[in-house]
Amino acid sequence: MEILVCVKRVPDTAENEIEVNSDGTDIERDDLVYSVNEWDNYAVEEAIQIRDNVGGSVTVVAVGDEESEEVVRREMAMGADSGVLVSDDAFEGADGQGIATLLKAVVEKGQYDLILTGAQADEGGAQVGGMLAALLGRPYASLVNKIEVVDDKQLKVGREIEGGNQEMSEIELPCVLSIQTGINEPRYVGIRGIRKVASVEIPVMGSGELGVDAATVGAAGAKVKRLDYFVPDLGEGAEMLEGSADEIIEKLIEILKAKGGLK
Amino acid sequence: MAEQVFAYITHKNGVADDSALELIAAAKAVFPEAAVTAIVTGSGAALETLCEQVAASYAEVWKIDNQAFAYPNAEVVRPALKGILPDAAVVFLAHDTFGMDLGPGLAIQLGAVFVPDAVGFEGFEGTALKVVRQEYGGAVSTHVQCDLAKGAVINVRPGVYQPDESKAAGGQVVDKSGALGDLTAGRRYLETVAAEVGDVDITKEDVLVSIGRGIEDEDNIEIADDLAKAMGAVVSCSRPIVDAKWLEKSRQVGTSGQTVKPKVYLACGISGSFQHMGGLKGNPFIIAINKNPKAPIFQLADVGIEADILDFLPELTEKIEEL
Repeated sequence: MEILVCVKRVPDTAENEIEVNSDGTDIERDDLVYSVNEWDNYAVEEAIQIRDNVGGSVTVVAVGDEESEEVVRREMAMGADSGVLVSDDAFEGADGQGIATLLKAVVEKGQYDLILTGAQADEGGAQVGGMLAALLGRPYASLVNKIEVVDDKQLKVGREIEGGNQEMSEIELPCVLSIQTGINEPRYVGIRGIRKVASVEIPVMGSGELGVDAATVGAAGAKVKRLDYFVPDLGEGAEMLEGSADEIIEKLIEILKAKGGLK
Repeated sequence: MAEQVFAYITHKNGVADDSALELIAAAKAVFPEAAVTAIVTGSGAALETLCEQVAASYAEVWKIDNQAFAYPNAEVVRPALKGILPDAAVVFLAHDTFGMDLGPGLAIQLGAVFVPDAVGFEGFEGTALKVVRQEYGGAVSTHVQCDLAKGAVINVRPGVYQPDESKAAGGQVVDKSGALGDLTAGRRYLETVAAEVGDVDITKEDVLVSIGRGIEDEDNIEIADDLAKAMGAVVSCSRPIVDAKWLEKSRQVGTSGQTVKPKVYLACGISGSFQHMGGLKGNPFIIAINKNPKAPIFQLADVGIEADILDFLPELTEKIEEL
């Protein structure tokens, strides 16, 4: 099976406190640690497992600036066979549909049976996979937490729905799936793995190579434009307990007693 | 503006989802004057009754009755909506597991803008709507400008808008079941596998000690176990703990886990994403302990403590055991 996995380089929220910068134009990016979007990492692991079971290849694609090459390389170190970086200054300011349009062009350069994305990324839109499927005219399932290959024509997939229930469906290939975290246990990537792919050339595709008019996918073509970042005023928030550790614990125990938190 | 405004109603066992009444409130926040049309797809006798109930709240209800909608499969619903919606329609969906499945592709098919996970609306400038969203799991908010000139699919975060309970619309049900075209899809629903039942039922507990990423390592879970034991409580968790396979899925609080109704909820090292908070009902007293003073959980909790749970919880356990 030929599998394409779409990945994104994002600030690692486990490693950083995300804050608004001083003029509200962006988040504070000094000293941010970046990594591959968590959902995407599960998608790559799933693709590798499918390939190891039924054969084929795994290609990883990232849309972003040149720094995004590092996440493509990391996912190749994990076991993907090849990688592509889609990057062009003209793509800056692309909205979800812009990204999906670029990915569609990448898909059409190959012969993919299965296209995976993460269910969502840093912006929390959960949109690119569904848009890509619609642009390609292929079946789609979101929030997938189980994949069984039935044959070369179809898969059996589980979607994670409310309450932790799982909705099972058959889906025809070729198709697009967005992957939910927890579907597998992504393998550890050691320094040796990274070294093995350190000198692999990762092709960069821009507007010309993809045959996509930058005016339709960059800031000019975006239907959704971010105006600013801000911290909402949500009123008082929590009453913060202050003092020494002992004082805080004493206050907390009184509160727990009063609210029925101790039995 | 004379938009045609729609809300897609999800339902289960003949009962409309809570989002049905939230979506009217959201639609009115964007279009105060609009007559909002509800779209209900389904199959069988109960659909008519459901549509009549929805009509109490919506100006008009489009009933679409077809065996193909016996189970809500977004891959079938999407082409049906594409077939019946007028040009430049504005469609409101709940940003739940169905809305996420349906919405992005529907926007593409309609040639409309897609607005994911909206939490607020701040008016128009021409055809551009100013929308409030959150990024990075709720750590920061952002205003985005969305051009509604060619219609829109707007996914609204569940629980943000208070349900419009007025039921004063007195709307009528219109049968739109004819001329739906080909409803075969490349994805066919098979069955729903119910969530596994674990060793404890966190939905029935009054006091939960809930852990998130801040626990850092599987070996540290015993810190929470010890505290829960001292308090007479039970340990629950947020999603990353289950993804890491450190606790059973049945211990997960959130929209993709369990909905709990404790009296006291001790959130330890949990940032407070909306998916997690969506699993907390019944207005519990929330105590948040987090080393990040900017964690969104501190906006939602009643009492907050800025501390590293790995240090704080063992000390708390010790003091409670001395009582």
